[in-house]
Amino acid sequence: MAEVVLHPAPRFGSHEGLAGVFERALGARLLGTTEAHGEFILNVARDSLVEALHLLRDEHEYQQLMDIAGADYPSRAERFDVVYILLSVTRNHRIMVRVTAAADTPVPTATVLWPNAGWLEREVFDLYGVVFAGNADLRRILTDYGFEGHPFRKDFPLTGYTEVRYSNEDKRVVYQPVQLAQDFRQFDFLSPWEGADYVLPGDEKAAETPPAPTVDKPKTTETPAQTGAGAKADDKADDKVSDGAPAKDEAGVKAPDAPEPTENRPDRAAREGGARDTGPATKPENEA
Amino acid sequence: MSGLVQERSPTTGDEVIENYTINFGPQHPAAHGVLRMVMELDGEIIERVDPHVGLLHRGTEKLIEHKTYLQALPYFDRLDYCSPLAQEHSYVLAIEKLLNVEVPLRGQYLRVLFAELTRICNHMLNIGSHVMDVGAMTPNLWVFELREDCLNFFERASGARMHSAWFRPGGVHQDVPLKLLADIGEWCETRLPRLFGDAMSLVVDNRIFKQRNVDIAVVSKADALAWGFSGPMIRAAGIPWDLRKSQPYDVYDRMDFEIPVGTNSDCYDRFMVRVKEVYESAKIIRQCIAEMPEGPVASTDRKVVPPKRAEMKSSMEALIHHFKLYTEGFHVPAGEVYVATESPKGEFGVYLVSDGSNKPYRCKIRPTAFSHLQAMDFMAKGHMLPDVTAIIGAIDVVFGECDR
Repeated sequence: MAEVVLHPAPRFGSHEGLAGVFERALGARLLGTTEAHGEFILNVARDSLVEALHLLRDEHEYQQLMDIAGADYPSRAERFDVVYILLSVTRNHRIMVRVTAAADTPVPTATVLWPNAGWLEREVFDLYGVVFAGNADLRRILTDYGFEGHPFRKDFPLTGYTEVRYSNEDKRVVYQPVQLAQDFRQFDFLSPWEGADYVLPGDEKAAETPPAPTVDKPKTTETPAQTGAGAKADDKADDKVSDGAPAKDEAGVKAPDAPEPTENRPDRAAREGGARDTGPATKPENEA
Repeated sequence: MSGLVQERSPTTGDEVIENYTINFGPQHPAAHGVLRMVMELDGEIIERVDPHVGLLHRGTEKLIEHKTYLQALPYFDRLDYCSPLAQEHSYVLAIEKLLNVEVPLRGQYLRVLFAELTRICNHMLNIGSHVMDVGAMTPNLWVFELREDCLNFFERASGARMHSAWFRPGGVHQDVPLKLLADIGEWCETRLPRLFGDAMSLVVDNRIFKQRNVDIAVVSKADALAWGFSGPMIRAAGIPWDLRKSQPYDVYDRMDFEIPVGTNSDCYDRFMVRVKEVYESAKIIRQCIAEMPEGPVASTDRKVVPPKRAEMKSSMEALIHHFKLYTEGFHVPAGEVYVATESPKGEFGVYLVSDGSNKPYRCKIRPTAFSHLQAMDFMAKGHMLPDVTAIIGAIDVVFGECDR
């Protein structure tokens, strides 16, 4: 990439020209290569994974399988990524080999190439439920004995389904459904002005409004003329009539004034000073 | 003898003793944590080992997916709790690689300094417990003194003895006092070589120690590569592979140090590689202290690194940045990276996937012990039962990291 590297992360061999090399070597097994953030990723067809890894190990000197990482993207048809992280100690280079899989599409095992793939595949199977065809020992590895489900899937709750405690009555460890003293709180710090693509509570109507039309030149109000105020605007003020405005007399007749008062209020004598009339009403009764 | 009598299973009277299975752990002091190994023994000879790991699985990687990038950092201290800062190192470098953020030179020097101090701290624990596993008590007590010194240094830098959370994306959290650097430098010159040298003089040529370790669990170069070995395990096999040299990060490319390699690839070599590494780490620490420039310890990119409290008193902008970074956190550009550093135990990697939000989409941790422990069956086969403790000690396994 042409991007300037500022970060101090590990520096290893360059990716230059590798895309062509791998395209020639792997042919149709290679679905594509990605080069971003200083990483080189090969997307490989699932069925020809073992051949591809074999070629990479024996022809291209990627001797070590450092890790197999699973990842879950529930919106995709084949929701799982299985990423093989390879290291060449002779060429001092790292690549990642990625295949996609669904829960019912087994990935061929790499244990025929690297003995340490066994546990790494067991881990991906345990946490994501990706099945590895040919792995003779595909037991769970990190979760509890007798655990059900695949906890790292995105649809598996963080709190899990069962909790374990020591029961003093039964004198043994008991498993029971998880009970939360308070709801698990997931704070959403995403700014509503950027990133949030959901309707905020109480803001349902806002979602219906159409987006503002785009303008070529933003409108500014730097001079008084740009404000639109002045005699010219006043003259035009009558031209525009908004929908709810009362109908205007077309002949230019003056609008009627306020009506004369219709009530005939009787005259009353002016109140004298001292406001005696309110006195009895405000006095406590026992004093009256 | 073998020509005269055909080899058979040992017998008592007429009864043939068949292979039997025992449980080693999960609560065995030599298992260095919660390791359960189902071992099939023929007398005292190991026929098969099936390590059961995962008893300390806490779902760290899942928890990280529910935290912002900064909130997830302290989980890394709690993986390999014997070398906390080394784990943080991989994580912050992974974030920095995605963000492509520059780290000031002083921050890089401080990180290298404390990563090497962590290496010494880790090796003190491992060397001590390895020696104790095979029968010697005194050296362990001595090297624990040194470990205590290291923890005190961590405390003076970060406020915490173990779980420092001191490396931050973009640099380190705080600068260190000048006196601390002076004390670390003096410690490397005087106390460390004297006390460590004394302790090792009791061990390295000790007859019993050699009998327990030499020619135990020999692994060829090809096997070490195939099983995904790294760190002292692969160097003991004679492969001079050290990520600090071959794939330098931070300012390791400015450091002058040697990579000790083994010749025989047995438990004794693994031990001796660690002993030599302690001296090399001390060398790096001295260089760091001598060369460290003045300047900021963390990036001044306010979209990643929060401002200091004093700055917030006078600057509204600093206050806003502080608030936003400690609530929402920073957003990391979408992409995926795998960053591995040379932790004291081997290659500790972080495969970090970002979807462009303020939380990691996926954070896969590559523990060192996982691959090493997997080779347990292959390494222990044909050895005696007491050799298992020596092999585990030489692997340097910590279950917080292995089980995650």
